Amino acid sequence: MRELTYAEAVREALRLEMRRDPSVFILGEDVGKFGGCFGVTGDLWQEFGEDRVRDTPISETAIIGAAVGAAATGMRPVPEIMFCDFLTVCMDQLVNQAAKMRYMFGGKAKIPMVVRAPVGGGISAAAQHSQSLEAWFTHVPGLKVVMPSTPADAKGLLIASIRDDNPVMFFEHKLLYPVKGEVPEGEYVVPLGKADVKREGSDVTVVATSLMVMKALEAAEKLAAEGVSVEVVDPRTLVPLDEETILASVKKTGRVVIAHEAVTRSGFGAEIAAIIAEKALDYLDAPIKRVGAKPAPVPFAGVLEKYVLPGTDDIVAAVKEII
Amino acid sequence: MEKEKLIWMYRQMVRIRQFETKVSELFAQGRIPGFVHLYIGEEATAVGACANLRQDDFITSTHRGHGHCLAKGGDMKLMMAELFGKETGYCKGKGGSMHIADVDMGILGANGIVGGGLSIAPGAGLSAKLRGTDQVTVCFFGDGASNQTTFHEGLNLASIWKLPVIFICENNQYGISLHQSKHQRIADVADRAVAYGIPGVVVDGNDVMAVYEAVAEAVKRARAGEGPTLIEAKTYRWRGHFEGDPTVYRSEKEVQEWKERCPIARFKKHLLEMGILSEADIEKIDAEVAEEVEAAVRFAEESPLPKPEEALEDVYA
Ligand SMILES: Cc1ncc(C[n+]2csc(CCOP(=O)(O)OP(=O)(O)O)c2C)c(N)n1
Ligand SMILES: [Mg+2]
Repeated sequence: MRELTYAEAVREALRLEMRRDPSVFILGEDVGKFGGCFGVTGDLWQEFGEDRVRDTPISETAIIGAAVGAAATGMRPVPEIMFCDFLTVCMDQLVNQAAKMRYMFGGKAKIPMVVRAPVGGGISAAAQHSQSLEAWFTHVPGLKVVMPSTPADAKGLLIASIRDDNPVMFFEHKLLYPVKGEVPEGEYVVPLGKADVKREGSDVTVVATSLMVMKALEAAEKLAAEGVSVEVVDPRTLVPLDEETILASVKKTGRVVIAHEAVTRSGFGAEIAAIIAEKALDYLDAPIKRVGAKPAPVPFAGVLEKYVLPGTDDIVAAVKEII
Repeated sequence: MEKEKLIWMYRQMVRIRQFETKVSELFAQGRIPGFVHLYIGEEATAVGACANLRQDDFITSTHRGHGHCLAKGGDMKLMMAELFGKETGYCKGKGGSMHIADVDMGILGANGIVGGGLSIAPGAGLSAKLRGTDQVTVCFFGDGASNQTTFHEGLNLASIWKLPVIFICENNQYGISLHQSKHQRIADVADRAVAYGIPGVVVDGNDVMAVYEAVAEAVKRARAGEGPTLIEAKTYRWRGHFEGDPTVYRSEKEVQEWKERCPIARFKKHLLEMGILSEADIEKIDAEVAEEVEAAVRFAEESPLPKPEEALEDVYA
């Protein structure tokens, strides 16, 4: 199968959906001719013009507000927020407006929009450009939250997100953008709410999201050399969450490590751990382990950043603690 | 104006230019990580503004903050060390280019959030008012930032409470790739002052004396308790938005035209004509600044890296 980078896969999903459905359009800062801060929208403005690949002023409140208004009235906007950190600027539009309109109106409106935003550190971009804020949004009923870890998933999940009638937060990891992988051609859809077992194993389950899936696979490789068989489960979407696949894996292995790049404290790993504790405690042979960022903002200097953010070795160490 | 002050202003502009030029080289060599946004071409704005300030006055800065920091009295060595991510840097390696701050010098930080300073500056102004001092706050922000909600809310608040804040819009005509004509309907951001019932002044941001005078008037007003002013300095960034930006959105011709309006060359000419500086003086200043920059790089290079565990310090007071 042909290979695409993660960024190209996102772009292909956007292109196909924009061709298929004239109500789909993009808006955001520098998404037009410039091609997006990380080059994701690329040449889309050439094919679809500046009406459908819309450059906006630096006004996150207006970007998301306009997306909500357009979505409520028949369009399917796909706004891009340049860094997920800037979602703080438009939290009202997301949390009080987009997430709740349908419910508050007694089911009378739908808000089909997909907010794309890059997460993650690792490039010395410091504390206001490196966060992983997905857990904030999983706490808000009415929002769906998607975090693809591979190019194929990025494409398939984005198509599913655009076709979904709800506001979807779609988090892409900056370090994944250049990563290549096989991507099916055409209208490839990965349904929301289906986890993927990225590697089968029998001794320990590692539930990992986004970039940490890659790191979990690296860890699994290292541990395999030492005779430990690791199963890597990628939930792919946090809301809705495929509890069944996670629980089935945990019941099989009896041990689980949960890994995400966001700060461990109150991260989404806490939710997964709670679900496992509630529904599969009797199957556990060891305490549930969480791997995530240490409790500090993401620092600038490489040595500091590396210390704060979780890596492959942290996953290996966590697995070793429970086997 | 006193001769010393004019010479100080010239030196500051040269310090910014040489510092930024060096940073550009170091970034290209991979010796500075992260994002850097350079101030080359805009030196007259920071210097003309800060020449009116006392050490106990405040500034809020932006992602393009090196010039503001130097002009307000920041230490070049500590800045360079921070850009290198060293322990001796302004933020002990935690902040980097976008977060350099020197609170003792009234520098309330560069900011990675466009429009971030626009909401903080009124708070510093309010504080001065409540504490009964005559300190003022200069809030630097870009043309792009003038479309953030914080612009409206910050100026409105400062105007109704007559806060001692000078809002300086550095209109370099672009917010990353978007030309001003595509991000707002007006040509002069200063027009928006009408909406807040405060003075709005347009000034040539490449003319350090013009900036100085406009800001002097605004500072006088602010210290006298008469409230904020919005000043718009028309200028241009010579470099890409960030180092590494391919700048596909503007023409080489446009860049050349603006380089011909170099704020430093212009002020130099003025000082030479007025007999305030001789060619020899100028060469001496240039050489001294070059040595200062080299010393800053040496300091940064020789400084130790922070210890990894220090990443968890300073989170709480
Ligand atoms: C809230 C927020 N949105 C977007 C960005 C990304 N960004 C960084 S600088 C910049 C352009 C700022 O333009 P302007 O205010 O004119 O300042 P200039 O860069 O021209 O000095 C953008 C969009 C950001 N840092 N913060
Ligand atoms: Mg600008």
